[in-house]
Amino acid sequence: MTTPTTPARVRRQLPTSPWLFAAPGLLVTGAFVLYPFVSTLINSFTDRRTLLPGRFVGLANFRELLHDDMFWTGLRNSTLYIVGVVPALVVLPLLLALLVQKNIPGITFFRAAFYTPVVASIVVVGLIWVWLLDERGLINSLLESVGIGRVGFLSDQWLLLLSAMTVTVWKGLGYYMIIYLAALANVPRELHEAAAVDGAGPVRRFLSVTVPAVRSTMVLVAALSSVAAFKVFSEVYLMAGPSGGPAGEDTTLVMLVQRTGTGLTGRVGYASALSVVVFAVTVVLMLLVLRADRREEP
Amino acid sequence: MSLLEKVRPGRPAAPPGEPRPTGRRGGSIRAGDLVWRYLLLLAVLALTVGPFLWQLSTSLKGPTEDIYSSTPTFLPSHPTLHNYARVADTIPVWDYVLNSLKVATANVVTNCVGSALAGYALARLHYRGRRAATLVFVLAMLVPVEGIVIAQFTTMRELGLNNTLVGVVLPGAVGAMNVLLMRNAFRKLPYEIEEAAYVDGADVWQRFLRIALPAAKGTLAVVAIFAFMGAWDDFLWPLIVLSDPSKFTLTIGLNYLHGTFAGDERLVAAGTVIAVAPLIALFACLQRYFFRGVGEGAVKG
Repeated sequence: MTTPTTPARVRRQLPTSPWLFAAPGLLVTGAFVLYPFVSTLINSFTDRRTLLPGRFVGLANFRELLHDDMFWTGLRNSTLYIVGVVPALVVLPLLLALLVQKNIPGITFFRAAFYTPVVASIVVVGLIWVWLLDERGLINSLLESVGIGRVGFLSDQWLLLLSAMTVTVWKGLGYYMIIYLAALANVPRELHEAAAVDGAGPVRRFLSVTVPAVRSTMVLVAALSSVAAFKVFSEVYLMAGPSGGPAGEDTTLVMLVQRTGTGLTGRVGYASALSVVVFAVTVVLMLLVLRADRREEP
Repeated sequence: MSLLEKVRPGRPAAPPGEPRPTGRRGGSIRAGDLVWRYLLLLAVLALTVGPFLWQLSTSLKGPTEDIYSSTPTFLPSHPTLHNYARVADTIPVWDYVLNSLKVATANVVTNCVGSALAGYALARLHYRGRRAATLVFVLAMLVPVEGIVIAQFTTMRELGLNNTLVGVVLPGAVGAMNVLLMRNAFRKLPYEIEEAAYVDGADVWQRFLRIALPAAKGTLAVVAIFAFMGAWDDFLWPLIVLSDPSKFTLTIGLNYLHGTFAGDERLVAAGTVIAVAPLIALFACLQRYFFRGVGEGAVKG
């Protein structure tokens, strides 16, 4: 390492092209992310099936979408998911972060424990909740013992969707809690002290000091959680079954993509058109949230 | 909510015993607040960890115990490991564990190597097209996986790799997010150190392996942990690419177990415990890195 560079030494070096460093990453990303992205766009204009090459069919897939009841069901459920999940995921993790923020004895244990649902696989989480919400499961036993009676959480179309949303919120709490913790660490303590001197109570201080200070983080959480909510798959798939519950009424858009496009008879072209709708809505959501952020910036 | 706010939120590093600005309520409230805080913490603990414990309890209940009793019993009266043996009789659960382990290990290796190399190229090497290369990873990070799984599936078919574990690994082999995380880590290192090594005659591989990589090993650990967890937990992609039950990973196998034997919750419970226990153990050991990774990755990534 201490010998100065000589021409002879340079010639003995390993190949040093920067592209060699970037190559594995670029290859994988190009072949398995960007190429599939482009081919999704192209396939959406064809009638390609898994085993058959496609023909160009113009906008036929998109026209068919407009008359496909299942598409509208999927779009409705994915949209409802945003409405149900995002407000809870913006507010509850913030409260949780405030609860675990102060360094009191044992707090690292609580932080880690609250994060456990994030670590667990969605399949494990889904199956645990299927068991909890079962007709004969723990929650129904408890409801019966307090005289409410058993509730068909997994058999009623709307309750099933609500149950899946609850699971999504439950699994996401810890993740967004950590994001809020990072944001709260940057809130100057003096602001709270000044507000306290001015006689502001805890609720007032929360609304006039904490919320404005973490507002941009709330927007970030809203953006992340709304995009994730719109693309929901696993929770509903596990709780409602592959066909999407009673008469498929709980199908979400991504479930429909999976169901339509896979298997040996999969309609790749049509599923690609559905995917394009997923992209489009995702992009619009991101832009909406970011624009809302900019407009409110002082 | 108001309870929660009674304790003045302060910085974690707040010096203890600092006099409060007004002393409006004195020190006794503080102790009361602490009690409320712990009660709330315990309530949330029951909500977040309770379901896992209930699942564990179900998995340990013997065949003669009524797991559907209307007054739930939390502790098994005759605890047994019998259900774990029965899972193995019903589905080849240890093969599935092995498949998941292979996929997760491969994912860790490819992500660590690939994202360290690419991250270094983006952060420290100079060449035409560096910005374009960076843009490739930024764009890739923005593409939602859910929207391209069908095209990934057809790509795998074209390569003859569907229904193989290699096919499960490849699409996430070098995560764009991980590349950008490593790039940020390398950018933070002071240039002077590498310049000194350069003057001493170290070539680019030596500078990368002996100087840059050791200095970024914290971020590399985060990449490794998340790669392992992501692969171990993934559901949608293996569900699409794997069709042969002997190739299933654990998550897909569990879904299969649930579908086939929905009647016996003890079995499903034992299966989920097998799937989640290693992850919780790993997490318990490495939780410091988790929190750093989530904080950095999500906010800045």
